[in-house]
Amino acid sequence: MNVHRNQRVGILFALPWIIGFLIFLAFPLVSSLYYSFTSFSVLRPPIWIGLENYRELLTDTVFRTSLANTLVFTAASVPLATTVAIILALLLNTKVKGMAFYRTIFYIPSLVPMVALGVLWLWVFNGQYGLLNQGLGKLGLPEPAWLSDPAWSKWTLVIISIWGTGNAMVIYLAGLQDVPQSLYEAAELDGAKTLSKTRHVTIPMISPVILFNVVMSIIGSLQTFALPYVMFPGGAPARSTYFFSMYLYDNAFLYQRMGYASAMGWVMFAITLALTMLALKASSRHVHYEGG
Amino acid sequence: MNERFLILAAILVTGTYALVGSERAASRQVGSNRIVVTYWEKWTGEEMRAMKDVVSSFNASQDRIEVRYLSISGVAEKTLLATSGGNPPDVAGLWADQVVQFADAGALEDLTDLARAAGISEADYIPAYWETMNYKGRLYALATSPGSAAIYVNRDLVGPKYDTPEEFPKTITEFDEFVREVSIRDRQGSLSTVAFLPRDGWGLWAMPYLFGGSFTEGDRINVNGPDDLRAWKWVNSFAKRFGTRETQSFRSGFGNYSSPQNPFLSGKLATYADGPWFANFIRLYNPKVNWFAVPFPYPDGRPDLAGYTMLNLNTLMIPKGSKHKREAFEFIRYVQQQQIMERICIGQYCNTPLRKVSREFLEKHPNKYIALFDRLARGERAVRPLQMGVAAQVGREVGNAVDEIDLGQKTPEVALNDAQRRLEELWQSYQRQVLGR
Repeated sequence: MNVHRNQRVGILFALPWIIGFLIFLAFPLVSSLYYSFTSFSVLRPPIWIGLENYRELLTDTVFRTSLANTLVFTAASVPLATTVAIILALLLNTKVKGMAFYRTIFYIPSLVPMVALGVLWLWVFNGQYGLLNQGLGKLGLPEPAWLSDPAWSKWTLVIISIWGTGNAMVIYLAGLQDVPQSLYEAAELDGAKTLSKTRHVTIPMISPVILFNVVMSIIGSLQTFALPYVMFPGGAPARSTYFFSMYLYDNAFLYQRMGYASAMGWVMFAITLALTMLALKASSRHVHYEGG
Repeated sequence: MNERFLILAAILVTGTYALVGSERAASRQVGSNRIVVTYWEKWTGEEMRAMKDVVSSFNASQDRIEVRYLSISGVAEKTLLATSGGNPPDVAGLWADQVVQFADAGALEDLTDLARAAGISEADYIPAYWETMNYKGRLYALATSPGSAAIYVNRDLVGPKYDTPEEFPKTITEFDEFVREVSIRDRQGSLSTVAFLPRDGWGLWAMPYLFGGSFTEGDRINVNGPDDLRAWKWVNSFAKRFGTRETQSFRSGFGNYSSPQNPFLSGKLATYADGPWFANFIRLYNPKVNWFAVPFPYPDGRPDLAGYTMLNLNTLMIPKGSKHKREAFEFIRYVQQQQIMERICIGQYCNTPLRKVSREFLEKHPNKYIALFDRLARGERAVRPLQMGVAAQVGREVGNAVDEIDLGQKTPEVALNDAQRRLEELWQSYQRQVLGR
């Protein structure tokens, strides 16, 4: 009787979350799957068209372009941002005076809102007056038209992606502080130097954290929206920065093709799932769990 | 247990209502006995102040209705979603080029009968503007501030040969010669001032109309006709003349449209295509610019194509499901009065959409060339926004094709044929799925 009563009370207290989950997550999720098989302009009732949206995706050249842009961006930005975050975390894990200050300084950029960040970076990458090209010019290096040359526009966003590594850096830092000191002492007794210790002790010990961050970065990169939307309206130049989520948004809200946008959403879900599974599978031999 | 359960349930219900129902309650809260009309509009800054001034005068003019102005970013998307959710604003300030898409989606109230009863008719408006507010013979929107385009010229950058409207080039060939003479490179050979770049300024989308072309042929999309090709080849001639990479580098130094780094305001471009409101940006960001405005040039040997301009129009629409349709229309009708309309248009630096225009409006208008913008809007060569449910896609596809041409990724023929093919598919899909054809 007591168990049943506790169950009821427990459910009652969890009810706000359960209701919120059902209304704001489960219902839209299931609805979008249904809408992906319909022609739906938001205002008129959806009309069942079977697999037509998915068939159209197969021949949609803009869909292919936006998907390719997103995958290239993900492939470039995830390793880069991961490497930078790990290096920063390693540096911020050293015993230096005023470390709390440095940690704060490196974390703060990740708190800047994306739109403000976009406007800021537009100035940094400005072809003529931008800080970056001014510096490159002084070093005698070429000054690319970062924002208007399709050869550079995507890479502009890849470089900017480093800016948001603060969150990942904090997680790595927590992971680093969990590495038992005894392992380093043992390594030192065996004659290991800094690099060897990093390679053979630190990296294996934080490998679960790396895996977690890589998976989260992949998911985040596949959903990139705000920065390119602010910095490169319409995915210009020549759709070189037109990302999957931008095309999805345009279909849903600019072209009023919510059914098509829903189908795109489910394709993205499948791709995200596949890449996450791939990351988990590929990492199985390289990730070491303590005690397991 | 039952009592506790009831208390918890009550908290839950109250909380849920507070979350879900509060927006509606807040937006329709009646402070007095007046009916509250919610009005969503895109404007901020000076445009908002001009409209809010009119809203205040409407509220003061009677004691039955209170209009509440709310500045909304992404007003079209939010109106659409609010309408689908059954809680739209009573009045939405949208652009005229959205009339067709919204009407096709069943998102708008038909204003035909209300307008007729209020004595509002075609005779009150400049024809091209009236046509943009109508679709399939029904009226779906009424005007606020419109726009027409002309070329702004920086007198100090074009040299004595071209520094008056009378001496400014009239034909495309003369204009090309002007571009060649006025554009300047620095000692390193980099562009420092360019006479004109058709990719910058307002109205790239309408370039084919300048050459007598069009984006449609009856009910068919046609973005790759001979005149379209000629227009985009002319646009591409600028990239060819100055060099693709050089133009890219030059353009990459341009700042935001509404900032002192706008290429015209910073002296990088000697001329700039834009609407009458641009005079306000000059005043705000670089009042030292010594400027005048002229019409676009016309193709050689085709004086019949002179007087070209493209139009746009801000409108007021009543979304389907508005709770106070009649009161909303009363406000819209108030705005359509000549005196009120001219007040808005002066406040927003625009020409008027109405046929009747007062001498005072033309004399007191802060844009000293308003008579030119007004004349162009009334002309036969005024191009109104594309009235098609896929207008947004046409703009995107053509813009992308022009990018590809300028970057040398595709020849003009290939790029336009690709855009045409894609747009035909999108149009067919739209006809099948939205229009049920």
